[in-house]
Amino acid sequence: MSSVVAIALYMVGVVVALVRLVYVLCQTGKPLKVRGKGDSRLFRTLIVLGSGGHTAEMLNLLAVLQKERFAPRYYIAAATDNMSLEKARSFENSLASETGHKLVGTLQFMQIYRSREVGQSYITSVWTTLVAMAHSLWLMIRVRPEVIIAIQWSSIFYVESIARVQRLSLSGLILYKLRIADQFFVQWPQLQRKYPRAHYVGCLM
Amino acid sequence: MGDMEDVKPRKIVFVTVGTTCFDALVRAMDTQVVKQELLKRGYTHLLIQMGRGSYVPTKSEGGNGSLAVDYFTFSSSIADHLKSASLVISHAGSGSIFETLRLRKPLIVVVNEDLMDNHQSELAEELAERKHLYCARPQTVNQIIADMNLDSLVPYHPGDATPVAKLINRFLGFPDD
Repeated sequence: MSSVVAIALYMVGVVVALVRLVYVLCQTGKPLKVRGKGDSRLFRTLIVLGSGGHTAEMLNLLAVLQKERFAPRYYIAAATDNMSLEKARSFENSLASETGHKLVGTLQFMQIYRSREVGQSYITSVWTTLVAMAHSLWLMIRVRPEVIIAIQWSSIFYVESIARVQRLSLSGLILYKLRIADQFFVQWPQLQRKYPRAHYVGCLM
Repeated sequence: MGDMEDVKPRKIVFVTVGTTCFDALVRAMDTQVVKQELLKRGYTHLLIQMGRGSYVPTKSEGGNGSLAVDYFTFSSSIADHLKSASLVISHAGSGSIFETLRLRKPLIVVVNEDLMDNHQSELAEELAERKHLYCARPQTVNQIIADMNLDSLVPYHPGDATPVAKLINRFLGFPDD
């Protein structure tokens, strides 16, 4: 008897998971409902910072987004990258002093293990990539409750780096080919010709 | 006043490798050939930001027809060094490239050929094609210095991120404002 209940529960679990998966897949890539000016729904936003010039590109983009809509904001940078979060902090501080808003509690700055350092060999990067994946999963679980609420609204906007003129980066290629990104932006016209689903937006810097 | 006129104007060449290790560039800058070319072009000072590299260039006080050479490993901001430079020689990192172009400084980008999956040369070559900068390898940097014509460089007009913001807003259903 108990085994029948267990199997029934298991079946229900599988069905729920499948329905959820199909629902999420259907929602991904669809523009969200049009809202009027009065709507003040907030978007919990995860911002992934790269090292060097990539952080500058990202902050240029954030500067022109409507910050009051994209909150709370979670910044993530590599554990070995000391500059990026510092730059994000000073960016947020200057925002706060401009608008006079207090941003305490609506911002979080997190660090994550890198899958590969510049110059690291591909063989050792197999292990470091696994560590990095486990760590990113743990970070996702940590902020999970609200992420689940937000999943219907969650969108991935991927901006390929300005340094990519002829070929996409590996992460860009994965997000493009598997159609994971809702909107995919490139900064050079020759890339857009190769990847027609991408939006060419010109240089961000 | 006489003293002031005797002082030759400082023309600084600033070399930056960012957070990387790029000994090939530092070593190339430290050769007599490159220093002679720089002197010929009227530069008086060479300042090298050498990053994580292990090759240490030879310091020099300058004077008597030689180039003053100095170096450091890292600085929290290279903006001041870029501003005071008359010529910037940089690794191919997009941060250094665009920071220099925005300051409208003549720029030679030297591609690090030791990096794996070297996509960095893409950006430098594209911008060189558009005449915003010169692109070199460590072994050709002396030739580029000798042949460059700084008047032929085209100023870079910074791009902006509003097209991305517009597309994101439209996707999320925000009115454009």
